[in-house]
Amino acid sequence: MKRSSILALTVAALVPLSACGGGGDPLDAETPESEGSAEDGGSTDDDGSTDDAAAGGGDVGEVVVGSANFPENVLLAEIYAGALSDAGVEVSTTLNIGSRETYMAGLEDGSIDLIPEYTGGLATYLNPEITVTSSEEVLAEAQENLPDGLQLLQISEAEDKDSLVVTSETADELGLTSIADLEPHAGELVLGGPPEFESRPNGVDGLREVYGLEFAQFRSLSAGATLTVQSLVNGQVDVANIFTTDPAIEENDLVVLEDPESLFAAQNVVPLISTEKVNGTVEEALNEVSDALTTENLTEMMVQVVTDGQDPAEVAREFLDENL
Amino acid sequence: MIGQTFQWLLDPANWTGQGGILAQSLAHLRYSFLALLAAAAVAVPIGLWVGHTGRLRWLAVNLTGAFRAIPSLGVLFIAVLLLLPRLRGEWAYEAPALIVLVLLAIPPILSGTYAGVQATDPAARDAARGMGMTGAQVLRQVEVPGALPLIMSGLRSAMLQIIGTATIAAIVGLGGLGRFLIDGQASRDYAMMAGGSIAVAALALLVDQVLALVQRAAVSPGLRHASAG
Repeated sequence: MKRSSILALTVAALVPLSACGGGGDPLDAETPESEGSAEDGGSTDDDGSTDDAAAGGGDVGEVVVGSANFPENVLLAEIYAGALSDAGVEVSTTLNIGSRETYMAGLEDGSIDLIPEYTGGLATYLNPEITVTSSEEVLAEAQENLPDGLQLLQISEAEDKDSLVVTSETADELGLTSIADLEPHAGELVLGGPPEFESRPNGVDGLREVYGLEFAQFRSLSAGATLTVQSLVNGQVDVANIFTTDPAIEENDLVVLEDPESLFAAQNVVPLISTEKVNGTVEEALNEVSDALTTENLTEMMVQVVTDGQDPAEVAREFLDENL
Repeated sequence: MIGQTFQWLLDPANWTGQGGILAQSLAHLRYSFLALLAAAAVAVPIGLWVGHTGRLRWLAVNLTGAFRAIPSLGVLFIAVLLLLPRLRGEWAYEAPALIVLVLLAIPPILSGTYAGVQATDPAARDAARGMGMTGAQVLRQVEVPGALPLIMSGLRSAMLQIIGTATIAAIVGLGGLGRFLIDGQASRDYAMMAGGSIAVAALALLVDQVLALVQRAAVSPGLRHASAG
């Protein structure tokens, strides 16, 4: 299964590459001069958009946007693809590729050129030993360890990261806006989350060390976020560990507690791209997306995709029409 | 790997305390015996009635067969989603887990019971009737004692399955030896997972031996040969 899908990916990526004879193909580029001429005499003349792209700093040919195999990443990939196509860049998509291990290989071998990434997840993948958690430090760490030929563009404010949430009733009753506010009440509260949260350094232990929180009990719920949210709404747990873009937050009017001490590593959404596909137009289009994305509007879009079952491409289109 | 597992099992720190092997074994046994008692309360009377009257035997046979095909994990998730909003506190998790275990335990107990009653020596049953016993007396004094070896083996086989499956209680946040499997997997502590599995197997064998002793004490000495079979 896996092998054949990788093969299909490679074939799919090779066809457009050879078709447009782009200067990015290392086998074509015998000398630096020939690379330059290939760019000038690119075979995309018949495409009216070539002039726009060229104005932004050289034609990069087709950009293949990939995505990991979960709905939010597919949605973000559709947004990137839409924004690039609006800017006149030739785009195709290869969605639902798989885990980070799989699509990183695809980026390195040129099967895909661009993918929506999360700073913290990427930084930990590149160096499992990292301890930094703030947005800037995590980004710097990820950038430093990136393989040659790949680069990160501007990060967005939107984050899909671990968080502690409470019901709005609990938040009102105890006056909670941040994790630090839990300190006087933790002894009477039950914390719920996946079993790994109990043993992770930035889980239960981190809450104790960083915020001084000693919860009455940790309830380990391993049947997914649905069970965790159910338990929170029904009152079996008072505080729950779920991701910040979980549609359940919006649906159940849950309150995400702020994390002033950055216990949970930053997970800003960021475009990860092959350096050879970056020009002024591409960068500008993706920066505009990053400027417009917030955790809130990403969560709202996730409700549309996951709960209402809308097509991610359409949701992405709406977002682009409204915000860019 | 094997070395690490034994290291984990031999480390006294893993045995004691709130989440230790001993405490989790007790929690495991509590769910298991609760489920066994509940399942026996349902299955033994039905089995005796079916065996004694011979009525609805086809239904009992088919139902026990169908029950065995129920996927435990699926039942657990459905029960949790249905019961969680309706129950308060710890019961909201314990009730679904117990439902799964009871459904699992009913078939072997039910089939053991009716088969046991039916296997009672017809000569003994006829003699009892000939002495003027009523149907209830025949059941109580002849058929039940005669069926005990098979009822007990039904209970033992049910208990083995319960102890093995009670590990899924950990999925919904309950205690028991399943904690080591779930938490071990979540934190990639494979020695803990393997150690937990060995603990479950050991507990199942231990309880089976205890029930074997109970069986020895309960079954009439005249029927000993039957229990060996």
